Amino acid sequence: MSNEGREGKESKGSKDLGLPPSEVQDALRGSETRMSVDRLFRRVCVATATISVIILIFLIGSIVAQGLPSLTPTLLTGTPEPEPSQAGAWPAIAGTIWVCSICALITLPIGIGTAVLLEEFKPRSVFANRIFSLIQLNISNLAGVPSVVYGILGLTAFVSMFGIFDTATKERTGFEIGAVYYDQFTNLASDPFLSMGVEGAKERYFLAPVSSPSNPPTVPKSGMEIFEYQGKQLIPVQVIIVGPDDFPPTDPELLSLAIDANAVPGRISEKSWYYFRLPFGRGVLSGALTLMLVILPVIIISSQESLRSVPSSLRDGARGLGATPWQVVWSVTLPAAAPGILTGSILAMSRAIGETAPILIIAGIVYIRNAPHHLMDSYTVLPMQIYNWTSRPQEEFHSIAAAGIVVLLVILLSFNAVAVILRHRMQKKVR
Amino acid sequence: MNMNTLEESRKRNMNSVDPKSADETVSLFPNSQGANSVLTKSEPSEPAAAIEAKNLNAWYGDFQALHSISLAIPRNQVTAFIGPSGCGKSTLLRWFNRMNDTIFSAKATGDLRLGEIDLLDPSTDVVDLRRRVGIVFQKANPFPKSIFENVAFGPRLHMRLEKRELADLVEWALRKAAVWDEVKDRLNAPALGLSGGQQQRLCIARAIATGPEVLLMDEPCSALDPASTLAIEDLMDELRSQYTIVIVTHNMQQASRCSDKTAFFFEGKVIEFDTTENIFTKPSSQRTEDYVRGRFG
Repeated sequence: MSNEGREGKESKGSKDLGLPPSEVQDALRGSETRMSVDRLFRRVCVATATISVIILIFLIGSIVAQGLPSLTPTLLTGTPEPEPSQAGAWPAIAGTIWVCSICALITLPIGIGTAVLLEEFKPRSVFANRIFSLIQLNISNLAGVPSVVYGILGLTAFVSMFGIFDTATKERTGFEIGAVYYDQFTNLASDPFLSMGVEGAKERYFLAPVSSPSNPPTVPKSGMEIFEYQGKQLIPVQVIIVGPDDFPPTDPELLSLAIDANAVPGRISEKSWYYFRLPFGRGVLSGALTLMLVILPVIIISSQESLRSVPSSLRDGARGLGATPWQVVWSVTLPAAAPGILTGSILAMSRAIGETAPILIIAGIVYIRNAPHHLMDSYTVLPMQIYNWTSRPQEEFHSIAAAGIVVLLVILLSFNAVAVILRHRMQKKVR
Repeated sequence: MNMNTLEESRKRNMNSVDPKSADETVSLFPNSQGANSVLTKSEPSEPAAAIEAKNLNAWYGDFQALHSISLAIPRNQVTAFIGPSGCGKSTLLRWFNRMNDTIFSAKATGDLRLGEIDLLDPSTDVVDLRRRVGIVFQKANPFPKSIFENVAFGPRLHMRLEKRELADLVEWALRKAAVWDEVKDRLNAPALGLSGGQQQRLCIARAIATGPEVLLMDEPCSALDPASTLAIEDLMDELRSQYTIVIVTHNMQQASRCSDKTAFFFEGKVIEFDTTENIFTKPSSQRTEDYVRGRFG
């Protein structure tokens, strides 16, 4: 751009026209009114900021004051017992961490990838451009959809997967790996009438492996393959099948190994940490994917915004050195946009941690005593546990609920602190 | 992109700048002679043209930015493009290394060649082309990384170098760009902490670190103070024996001081292309004379 050229033209122009008309010169506004408006505006800003901070302090203060008596180690490690003094939130805390971590792991790559596609790889053709702007429009709209709607969507898409696979029930699933099924038998010694008068007979459980969960119940017969947990290992045992006409053994040792020929087993399963099934059912993965739907638009839009704020001169610089489009994105644009992307992700994740409505629909109201062990395990999250406690009639539970809120806030703030520190490091490196 | 041609050109370039054959540090890229010799074989005439445009027309959408441009950029000389804003200087410059590819409305017809490479062919390997034709922009645009990482960026894209070879190459480029003494103690400091002039010289170091034959400079001094401008002009003087330099400038003094040949552009046409001396002392066109005398534009 030619500076000399511009100035030359302007100076010529003003010579012809002379000074601006005199009315315009007299119409100068005094600076007094403008300055007072400025002062007023500043005071309004300070006032609104102060009010919001005061309200926040009041809220946090009252929650902490109410929850402090219940903020005990039991709360962090215990299970949600019906007795207030023993109630803990460990399953909910673990569930929150599980669901949110998996949600972040899935959402960040997808969200940032989508933003990169929309911002950095704009298509040449008119048709593809149309599709891109349609996607863009969709994302902007989805950001404003209430999260309950996503809950229902998640229920259809992830929990039951539109019913493409068999209906997910406890006994039958469409497809799964990492699960071993057993039919569990109790021995005759567990029957109080039969063990009466036989001193020393032990109650024992025997497991017969089942090749497929849809198999019919195992029928006890002699010589069948059956195991028992001894310590933590499955040890094959020899059992005695007692027919309907037989007398049960009187030897306590034998009675402990005896199974009724008419016994109906209970089907149980053992799931390894990589257990996976289709449809996902009401597990951690469904919850994480549903939360992904909730926060994905937010992450995409904020990532797009920060990618857009990267000066195009940086992209030009990298391209001018012979970087491929991917190299430009990976080594220049993304690092430069990373602090902004991180900020957006923090906000989105904070929202995910606090979401209750979709989780309520996805997980259902269940009583969970254990932290999740695999992706398909049932779970509960802190907001739901807190909700559960506040709806109890006992006063003690309200205090426990307040303590739960404090724990939730601490988890939220520590998530944020990690991201803030990360962002700070990144910015320090470049400036 | 045709993978075969890409592979071939890679191999050829690897031969021309084989790090192992170079005897040591500063001679890692002794100059671009190695690469040049490949070109001169096919075009033995003297003085060989580095870039040749014949009847080149270029458009942005319906707007024709360049009208049948024909000129030959001489090898190992400094060529200056002058002319008022919007006359197509930068457009032509950006076609030289296909920076216009991302502007979807940009298209061109005619003939534009860098040695044997057809610059208008859509299948041309632009990645390799840009290694051979470096560009320095109007505004210094160091990456938000360390000084070292900035210079190492290009070599990392195109070459597989040992850590020490890379460090030597970075030092060589920074020395060549006359900024080594100022930054040698803080190679790991952020490049954005440098002054404007230092940043621009860093960008030049970054551009020459990939071993280009041609260096395009799009108003490299327009945002710099006179001292930094002088440093960059000295630098061009230093580089001219080994690189073909094309510089777009609005500064008449700069064009007259540091270029061998000058092209005057007006409304997308090359009005005059001659030695710098002729353009500034006895231009054949009245328009050129008016422009270089500062009477219009």
